[in-house]
Amino acid sequence: MNIDSIKDGIVIDHIQAKKGLDIYNALKLGELDCSVAIITNAKSNKMGRKDIIKIDKNIDLDLNILGYIDPNITINIIENDERVDKYHVELPKEITNIIKCKNPRCITSIEQELKHIFILTDKEKRTYRCKYCETLNEE
Amino acid sequence: MRHLIDIKDLSVQEIDELIGVAKDIIAHPEKYQEKCKYKKLATLFFEPSTRTRLSFEAAMMELGGNVIGFSEASSSSASKGESVSDTTRMVGCYSDIIAMRHPKEGAPLVASLKSTVPIINAGDGGHSHPTQTLTDLLTIFCEKNRLENLTIGLCGDLKFGRTVHSLITAMSRYKNIKFILISPDELKVPEYVKKEILEKNDIPYIETNDIEEHIGDLDILYMTRVQKERFFNEEDYLRLKDYYILNKEKLEKAKQDLCIMHPLPRVNEIAVEVDDDPRACYFKQARYGKYIRMALILKLLEIK
Ligand SMILES: [Zn+2]
Repeated sequence: MNIDSIKDGIVIDHIQAKKGLDIYNALKLGELDCSVAIITNAKSNKMGRKDIIKIDKNIDLDLNILGYIDPNITINIIENDERVDKYHVELPKEITNIIKCKNPRCITSIEQELKHIFILTDKEKRTYRCKYCETLNEE
Repeated sequence: MRHLIDIKDLSVQEIDELIGVAKDIIAHPEKYQEKCKYKKLATLFFEPSTRTRLSFEAAMMELGGNVIGFSEASSSSASKGESVSDTTRMVGCYSDIIAMRHPKEGAPLVASLKSTVPIINAGDGGHSHPTQTLTDLLTIFCEKNRLENLTIGLCGDLKFGRTVHSLITAMSRYKNIKFILISPDELKVPEYVKKEILEKNDIPYIETNDIEEHIGDLDILYMTRVQKERFFNEEDYLRLKDYYILNKEKLEKAKQDLCIMHPLPRVNEIAVEVDDDPRACYFKQARYGKYIRMALILKLLEIK
């Protein structure tokens, strides 16, 4: 895999510097069978330093969670050496098992089997609340 | 199949319908005494709350139905480590509808996701208690003959009091409502309630420390208990618990048709001397609670 260019694949760009590995883990990219490159501390005109992830295959990945982690991230879809699409990911309406409810009175605190689900309640303020107890997720 | 987990699950129209049915039950109880014949309500109370449980059980009995259940976690399989979801599915095999009280917030929602019968949230921690809110709405409607054009005073623990937050949420959907929020600084209505409910819906409100300042403007005065378990230290509790005590003297400037409400049990927030005042509605409120629960059971069982 050539780090500089990929023929067909996905480039996750404008990741906050040093956060590339977190995103690699959140998207479970380690489970893919294609090559994946994480470039950290790349120079960026816009951000000073940034991280980039390149995935050497056009796979169907659920990238929605990136909208929650960092709205500045851009997704580039590459086909035949050309960028065919570039976009910001929208805030997901629901996020599962990425954040945990911190309310000690929440049912998720005693039932380990339950998924930790947060629902988007205010798009402008990027507010998420626990599906079960409605506790606000404070970042 | 419908559940009632949060008061927001019901539209304004549905609440109107429930109030309509409850009023008809009050007027013609005999029409309803066999509506739930051969039906069973299960009261699953993972923490004790005698008055809420009795209210549900009385409601089902007055509809001609039967009641099974448990009144605390130690007498249920939860003490053996069974999940809420499993307990509910098992009980769903024996009953037609479930009223669930649980100390953990969100437990009734979890139960409803896999349940084969309707679930009513009978209180989950500090989160939600929709049948209390329905009780409050029926009380207001029966006493004032309207749910619009009201100035509502909320007094006491406005910070932790879930009844208060739910009532604000529910009343914010009606026209021309004003709130007077009376509490010590430590127990004020949380910011998110002000921002996400009051301000978002353009509901006018005044925050004050002084119960007498606005008492003459009120149509409803909703008193609440300052609960000991909400405090981390005894000192704060003792200092704040007697902050507002409603007595005859404070009521002197109040309107003649004021409606004084309280979710009960009271400790000492309302002096006993107020009980004989015709404006005291808190015992009637408990009776209304039974009627609205009857209406709710009929709705969720889809019995006309
Ligand atoms: Zn929660």
